[in-house]
Amino acid sequence: MTNISLEAPEVIRGQPYPGAPDNWKRFFTFSTDHKVIGIQYIVTSFFFFLIGGTLSMIMRGELITPDADLVDRTVYNALFTMHGSIMLFMWTFPVLVGLGNYLVPLMIGARDMAFPRLNAVSFWMVPVVGILMLASFLVPGGPSQSGWWAYPPVSLQNPTGNLINGQVLWILAVAISGVSSIMGGVNFVTTIFKMRSPGMTWFRTPAFVWSVLGAQLIQLYGLPALTGGAVMLLLDITIGTSFFAPERGGNPILYQHFFWFYSHPAVYVMILPAFGIFSEVLPVHARKPLFGYRVIAVSSILITVVSGLVWVHHMFASATPSWMRILFMVTSMLVAIPSGIKVFGWVATIWGGKIRFTTPMLFALGGISNWLFAGITGIFLASVPIDIHVNNTYFVVGHFHYVLYGAIVMGIYAGIYHWFPKMTGRMYYEGLGKLHFALTYLGTALTFLPMHPAGLMGMPRRVASYDLEFAYWNVIASIGGFLLGLSTLPFILNMVSSWIRGEKVGNNPWRAYGLEWLTSSPPTVENFEELPLVVSGPYGYGKNQALVGNIPNPGLTQFSESLTQQQTS
Amino acid sequence: MLKLRAILVMTVYAILVALASLWMAKQSYSWFPPEAAAEAKLLDDLFSLFTGLGTFIYLGVIGPFLYSLVFHRAKKYDMSDGPPIEGNTWLEVVWTAVPLVLVLTLSFVSYRTYEKMAVRGPMELVHLHMPEIIQPAYADPFDSTPQQEIQNAAETAPIEQIDVTAKQWAWIFHYPERDITSTELHLPVDRRVRFTLRSQDVLHGFYIPAFRLKQDVVPNHEINFELTPVKTGTYRLRDSMFSGTYFAANQADVVVQPFHEYQQWLADAAAGSPTPAFNRAAFEYSQANDREGATKDKVAVRGWDTIPPAPPPVVNYAPKHEPDSPPA
Repeated sequence: MTNISLEAPEVIRGQPYPGAPDNWKRFFTFSTDHKVIGIQYIVTSFFFFLIGGTLSMIMRGELITPDADLVDRTVYNALFTMHGSIMLFMWTFPVLVGLGNYLVPLMIGARDMAFPRLNAVSFWMVPVVGILMLASFLVPGGPSQSGWWAYPPVSLQNPTGNLINGQVLWILAVAISGVSSIMGGVNFVTTIFKMRSPGMTWFRTPAFVWSVLGAQLIQLYGLPALTGGAVMLLLDITIGTSFFAPERGGNPILYQHFFWFYSHPAVYVMILPAFGIFSEVLPVHARKPLFGYRVIAVSSILITVVSGLVWVHHMFASATPSWMRILFMVTSMLVAIPSGIKVFGWVATIWGGKIRFTTPMLFALGGISNWLFAGITGIFLASVPIDIHVNNTYFVVGHFHYVLYGAIVMGIYAGIYHWFPKMTGRMYYEGLGKLHFALTYLGTALTFLPMHPAGLMGMPRRVASYDLEFAYWNVIASIGGFLLGLSTLPFILNMVSSWIRGEKVGNNPWRAYGLEWLTSSPPTVENFEELPLVVSGPYGYGKNQALVGNIPNPGLTQFSESLTQQQTS
Repeated sequence: MLKLRAILVMTVYAILVALASLWMAKQSYSWFPPEAAAEAKLLDDLFSLFTGLGTFIYLGVIGPFLYSLVFHRAKKYDMSDGPPIEGNTWLEVVWTAVPLVLVLTLSFVSYRTYEKMAVRGPMELVHLHMPEIIQPAYADPFDSTPQQEIQNAAETAPIEQIDVTAKQWAWIFHYPERDITSTELHLPVDRRVRFTLRSQDVLHGFYIPAFRLKQDVVPNHEINFELTPVKTGTYRLRDSMFSGTYFAANQADVVVQPFHEYQQWLADAAAGSPTPAFNRAAFEYSQANDREGATKDKVAVRGWDTIPPAPPPVVNYAPKHEPDSPPA
């Protein structure tokens, strides 16, 4: 009689895992391990997601009634400014960099990123940025109240007259965040170009890696413009230069160009990794190759290029001449093509597959359906006459929140659930995951759909008070907003309890193709004992072919789901 | 046989989707405020086209998507993979070419609408006092009402000139012919109107939802902006570009009236001596900073320092009440 252990066999784990004494402290050190840094990014950014979310719930509390009767107007203006700034600079960018940091070296068969110490420096700038943003609430005059765009001349008005004011702290935070991101860009692009495992040609590289490459290239060409604009704004406020200040002969429109030259491609920095996550999750949970993988991969780079040519569509109502408006309308419409190709590819991927509604799959599918709607409203916004009416109204707010929450955040959740077993060695609780999905999908629709009719009727954005005719839509949106706040609770509960005492898993619980699934869960310190030799494309479902020609981690091939060639002895 | 059935199902679905799209396109007109300007009619038609096509695309993609989610699920104990289909060149070419043609068509139609909104002069709705790069272009023969209305208005009467000044936080309208000022914008119906937009301090947005038109107002710039009101009534002008603390309160009424009533209003205003008009920002600021009695805490959370609003504008025609244009 043999006793068969039902637990995953114990393998040497050089990586910290919960339960082992004193290991949690590694996440508070200057670790250069990309896996530690990845988790540091993800957890830190989630903390700021909750702060940004709390700010938005106070805003929805104000907006559930037409009058500005909950908070003072200056407080409301600070709320929407800091909500946007924190959600973008402290949540969305860092969490996606965290997922990229964790996954890219594993997916390309590398032991770490190209520049591990630079990686750690990039991360540790993030808490500094967060502290500056939060500290701005405590200085006299309060935090920045000029919107996350910080348009002059409003951002140059300094009611307290102090040198250290909320706007200055905001600019410093954004500048430091920019430096951190540029460092990250250098790191990712070098890693992806130079450290792919032997045999991994470009068209054997996973789609997620292509999308991270596209995103990080944008960071490299775009951030210098934003940082330059921020420095000029800082000089205008502090020492009285005249770049943008109209009373000193400056041109506020110049700032708009500097700002949007980065900030439009920035939205693609955010959506591309989410697209990459969809491209990875769908094949695994539908057991079918990614349809049109090569085109999907190249479309990420097309988006990188074309998205740099559309920025003036944020300025259609500004002091831009008509010929410029028409030119950028055409480019803005064209940028929809590479994204559209991806959506059709994803639908074709699941078509005829063997779909399982696991939590990551639900989030990926929900994210794609929301992206379809949001992308279509984006085409509306690209049309100059339509935008002249809806620019700076709630139609735009509804559109971009559908992209951000409906597609990007859902993509982030899909990624976190899908790779949670790899990162922690444990499985999350499926029931809580499904509850989280249902609340999130419903909350997103309730909160952001009503914003579209409100905008069409003429409700401006960034208003602490509005006319009675918009009340109906705002009540629904506020209820949805509170529901979204609640929806984070099952997620937090799931993550904490599963990490501590979820069911342990082996190296490949999803039976997925991918180099990351050939290591232990969590991976050992340098990921692979022997660098994998890649012999086929990334989505070999249904083809019964090996992914690698060697066994990169001997001792981990006992599982029938393993994708390495079995050693015959 | 199976292929024929698939084609039949897809055709029926396509027809249903087309009908739904036509219905949505009709519905879209009801999502807007009344069409108070000829330009509004042009915009609503364009938006309806976009809505119909957008609905068609959405339903066309969501249909197969949902079908898959229902009928292409793994059987409970089936651990095998699906078919190893990696692509289909013909399908991929079609679904790249069709959207490309579609967006270029939408660009062109949008361009034509934009052009029709500015019938006279260069292809500009907005004149920025820049060197004339574009030669004057006259639009094609008109084929429907809005353009006809614009053309009639432009050809039968001189363009009415009004100066608009935006400041933190008020709108002041100056009628140069009679040299009168007002905080309520009065416009003659069926006449082309040209505004000269100026800001005294920061960026503002001149936005009248009922006209579907908006133009940012930039300090140190004089921006000309033309439109054609065609429906009498009272509408709302809102500041659309965030301009500071009392931005949301920076609104004015727009009264479109028959020409003789408009003339009468101008005459009455010229007769009236200037008085301070009601200004919401100044009113709220004074409430919050009430020195005489106890400071009235009207809100749960008090705020930070603000740029003080300008005192209420002193104008010939000075309504003493808030803007109260009826809901759309």
